[in-house]
Amino acid sequence: MRRYFGRKLAIYALTFVVAVTLNWLIPRFMPGDPVLRMLTRTSVSNPEAIAPMRAYYENVFGLDVPLWKQYLKYWVELFQGNLGVSVWLFPAPVADVIVDAVPYTLALLLPSILLSWWAGNKVGALAARRKWLDNTALPVSYALTATPYMWLGILLAWGLGIVAGLFPVAGGYSFEMRPEWSWAFVGSLAQHWFLPFLSLFLVAFGGWAIGMRNLIIYELEADYANYLAALGAPRRLIRRYAFRNALLPQLTGLALQLGVLVAGALVTEIVFAYPGLGHLILQAIQNQDFFLLQGVFLFIVIGVLAANFLIDIVYVLVDPRTRTGMQGAT
Amino acid sequence: MTDTTEHVSATGAPAPAEPVTPVAGPRRRDVLHFALRNRKVVGGTVVILAFLVLGLVAPFFTDHGPNEYVGPPSSPPSADFWFGTTTFGQDVFLQFANGIRSTFVVGLLGGGLAGLIGMTIGFVAGYRGGLVDELLNMLTNIVLVLPALAVLIILHAYVGITSVPMQALFIGLFSWPWVARAVRAQTFSLRSREFVDLARLSGMRPLAVIRREIAPNMSSYLFMTFILLFGGAVLMAATLDFIGLGPTDVVSLGLMMNSAVHWSALHLGLWWWFVPPGAAITAIVGALYVMNVGLDEVFNPKLREM
Repeated sequence: MRRYFGRKLAIYALTFVVAVTLNWLIPRFMPGDPVLRMLTRTSVSNPEAIAPMRAYYENVFGLDVPLWKQYLKYWVELFQGNLGVSVWLFPAPVADVIVDAVPYTLALLLPSILLSWWAGNKVGALAARRKWLDNTALPVSYALTATPYMWLGILLAWGLGIVAGLFPVAGGYSFEMRPEWSWAFVGSLAQHWFLPFLSLFLVAFGGWAIGMRNLIIYELEADYANYLAALGAPRRLIRRYAFRNALLPQLTGLALQLGVLVAGALVTEIVFAYPGLGHLILQAIQNQDFFLLQGVFLFIVIGVLAANFLIDIVYVLVDPRTRTGMQGAT
Repeated sequence: MTDTTEHVSATGAPAPAEPVTPVAGPRRRDVLHFALRNRKVVGGTVVILAFLVLGLVAPFFTDHGPNEYVGPPSSPPSADFWFGTTTFGQDVFLQFANGIRSTFVVGLLGGGLAGLIGMTIGFVAGYRGGLVDELLNMLTNIVLVLPALAVLIILHAYVGITSVPMQALFIGLFSWPWVARAVRAQTFSLRSREFVDLARLSGMRPLAVIRREIAPNMSSYLFMTFILLFGGAVLMAATLDFIGLGPTDVVSLGLMMNSAVHWSALHLGLWWWFVPPGAAITAIVGALYVMNVGLDEVFNPKLREM
């Protein structure tokens, strides 16, 4: 088991290094001059201002020292939590801006991921080998899983938000309120939270339902299922065993889908102008705030890696084979 | 990751992890026979072809560019403008048809490139084994956990994407790992079969063994992989375009949704502006998935007649 976690952690550490290195490399080695692009995009009208701004940016990027020193410096600053200063919300440090936005993204992601996984698995398991449910749930699931996250978000915002007027369609809370601990504010938060959550939930739900349905069918054809049936075990029991076995690949699937789910949350936030990381990304792009963009990128990578590790731990807890070291060291 | 990973493909649907049993000679007519009788395959193909034809042909029947201001602003669908017009008087149907075109380009190129990289790495890792396998496996695992869209956002923001093929290239570069994993696992189990040993003994070079002995035995799986990659690339491109990072001089379905939201089509009630692009993506990707399930039944006799 130590070998299992050791290898996992090594991969995650390497991935983190690769992500940080990419983050460092891209602005420096991409064709074109990012500093110049930043300067032109900010459209400075006064030509005399360009030289000091250029010097400032070169200094910030640390472009005047040897490459390996730049790289080391980047790592040192990273561990000090220094991700630079936001251009959009000048002079707020990027780390602070991100920390303010993360709770909103997590509030969307965690419930939608967990609930869609749970509900999708349940419905998928029910659909397997039940003709009528299979014929209704499966096409719906395929349509949902093929839907782009932002489109479902747009449709929900338009249908339930604007036409029906049931839910607000923009922001994390009412524009008339300030963040405080009151029932009115929490209610406003929940109201604004519901539609983005729903669209994330629905798209993810389709994929899990399809996956579970196929896995259950596969498991019901396995030898142990046939053996149990031959012994005269009740169908319910056989299905329960099949379900538990099918959960394992679904758990691995969850780890694999994390990136897609996070991406879905980002665009959903953009549709609903929800003040999470996706909103920050949009603002960063529109304001040419590259430090903010890179900071958000690192945060997403760290989050995905942490979630992957959590899933690994859960996997060990639910699959005894990984514990005995018979399997899992890939 | 445990070995179960290979069962899970992009849609979360299990892919056939066991290699298809080697068959002597081509059975193309057989496959065609079952494919034409499978409603999922036929239905999916019809939808895809319909969109493809629409995307290819429609732009030829007009002398306007998709972004030209040709009609009255914000008019609902009519005989003149089938999908209505935008707030600027652009023809939504024209944009839609052009957008479908770039959707197919992204899918074909992005999916194709990802498939190519994934297969190459999978074949080499599975066939060579040893240290090469270890290294390639590590690379695969790293790219697998790296959130692709986040990387693509950074790349797009810095590089500034100018054309659809360039976007497809970037998408392809970051969406291959699960293919590499699956292909590696299958190559691994095919490698020690007698017919592969025989080919090796007869002095065939490794590349030829992979191309002539191993790849044909999983061709059906490779084809289905490409279909899933196609769908994934389409969704990824739409996401990037929607954020506003895609090529801006070309019309794409994601960009249409971006401008619709940006120019508050939702509040103005211009539903004809944002409903068609998303519906087209859903239809194309959904048709691909359904086709994939159908093909699975065609290639895998166990699943037939269910």
